[in-house]
Amino acid sequence: MTALLDIAELAKRFDVGNKRLLHAVDEVTFTIGRGETVGLVGESGCGKSTLVRLINRLLDPTSGSIRLAGTELADMRARAFAGNANRARIQMVFQDAGDSLNPRYTAADAIADPIRRLRKMSGASLKSRVEALADMTGLPRELLSRFPHQLSGGQKARVGIARAIAVEPELLILDEPTAALDVSVQVVILKLLQQLKHELGMSYLFVSHDLNVVRLLCDRVLVMYLGKIVESGPAAELFADPRHPYTRALISAIPQADPDKRVGRLRLGGEPRSPIDPDPTVCRFYGRCPKGEPRCSAEMPVLRTVAPARHVACHFA
Amino acid sequence: MTAVPALAVEELSVEFRTRSGIVKVLDHVGFSVDKGETVALVGESGSGKSVTAFAVMGILDPAGKVTSGRALFGGADLLALSERDLAEQRGREFSMIFQNPRTALNPIRKVGQQIADVLVRHGGATRPDAPRAAVEMLKRVRIPDPERRVEAYPFELSGGMCQRIMIAIALACRPALLIADEPTTGLDVTTQAVIMDLIGELAHESGMATIFITHDLALAAEYCDRIVVMHAGHVVEAAPARELFAHPRHPYSVKLLAATPGETASLAELASIPGGLPDLRRPDLPACRYSDRCERRIDDCVKPLPNRSLGERHIVSCWNPL
Repeated sequence: MTALLDIAELAKRFDVGNKRLLHAVDEVTFTIGRGETVGLVGESGCGKSTLVRLINRLLDPTSGSIRLAGTELADMRARAFAGNANRARIQMVFQDAGDSLNPRYTAADAIADPIRRLRKMSGASLKSRVEALADMTGLPRELLSRFPHQLSGGQKARVGIARAIAVEPELLILDEPTAALDVSVQVVILKLLQQLKHELGMSYLFVSHDLNVVRLLCDRVLVMYLGKIVESGPAAELFADPRHPYTRALISAIPQADPDKRVGRLRLGGEPRSPIDPDPTVCRFYGRCPKGEPRCSAEMPVLRTVAPARHVACHFA
Repeated sequence: MTAVPALAVEELSVEFRTRSGIVKVLDHVGFSVDKGETVALVGESGSGKSVTAFAVMGILDPAGKVTSGRALFGGADLLALSERDLAEQRGREFSMIFQNPRTALNPIRKVGQQIADVLVRHGGATRPDAPRAAVEMLKRVRIPDPERRVEAYPFELSGGMCQRIMIAIALACRPALLIADEPTTGLDVTTQAVIMDLIGELAHESGMATIFITHDLALAAEYCDRIVVMHAGHVVEAAPARELFAHPRHPYSVKLLAATPGETASLAELASIPGGLPDLRRPDLPACRYSDRCERRIDDCVKPLPNRSLGERHIVSCWNPL
């Protein structure tokens, strides 16, 4: 299987003054196959959003490559990319549809905007395309003339999805698409996303805090910690048998309703290390890690293969 | 159990006056919290969880009006107290942790001073002693390097840290009742676990009664003794956490559990809840506000709601429970 997205040694460092650099994304390498759903998890500040903005080409990388079906996208400036033909191939569904929709655009305008810009459609063909998208995402056509404040959370989420798939992207990046929704609405939206993926043959990069949702939706999971991928693997295996201590802490922190299923609680002490000029010889997790042996502060563990399709960056995995 | 409730809410009804009519947000809501007990209020947005808390705290929006009910706390009815008496007790006897610590904290005041303000206001410390007391509070909520952190402004701290500051402020005067309104929304799961452990430990240490408002059923189940399920301004079911998960009796509780990811093996097994909340402005609201969405509806459902007791501390408000 050829990968749809091939990320190699991608890095983004922000200058924070006094010649100090914040390593937001640090030499990250991974692929996403065609039709695959990859989950990206990690705590706030770990670089998920920066990574997503790099892939989505809203931000220019410091180094590394972003190849979409063989085409190198990293060389192109983010500004130029907006008008590039490849723009339509990567689209994004933003976190809170209420905040990301233009309040002065009707639902129809919001969905039509990317089609108008990237497909140069107008008039009757544009209108019928917008209606078809509303049908696909389960948004009643009579709601197309409404403004975001006249729509419910679930309806806004549908508009956000409709506008993202409007230009038939190959890769859809979903940034916590259901975080603002009630559980009953969340179910409907997750099922819609699953169905659209099959119908349109898209690949998903699914960013979420909710590990229970990631477990249900994703084929493979990437765990990020302070700019590095510390573990990756098939979702079912990773959840059943996490190898990196950070992944273990993440999974043991998932609220578990059934007391019999609660595994030993693993709580992280301490504060994360600073992402500003991090010591290249110290494991990023050192200080919070329950293991934390001398070797961890002398040698940065690299991401290595520990089992078929499973990679872990820990000396002791 | 013969424990004396720290807080007993009885027959609480709240209405909001809006341009498009009167919204009956809460309708005869009742539940109690014992000393040292943690009770969760769960339900979807619009179920009335937060309004219940605001009414008890006496901080309802001016458009909202309590039309009936009592909130008995330490022998007094909080809903009948004057604003002056309430202000005296609020922060000392009962306090609240809000959803978003960054917006709830004063952005231009050092966090240590914000803790000291509460202590001084309620006689927990004198002004000269307050800074040291603030450091003590930061230690209690396990903020590393507390001597330095009292000098920080909220923007200099992470979300988890800010939430710990909120907890420190809320617990500064050792209240008998704490209301935590979605205290971990927006925090990472690892931070959420640490914060929830902390609230639990502090509540346990001081015998504090805690009301925990959340839409996350799994979180409620893991950290609370009892769960009160709300739907459209009604308490539909109340039961010990373990019992509610093992044997939910109200059709809405069953649906809510079935929609919560976590237990299920696949997305296909998750089921959404049909329909939506009824329009609470309707003059002809049915007796059971869930009946329009309910698959177990029977003829009796038009009658006033029953409060059926199903064994110890398990109450369901339904004519045809499971």
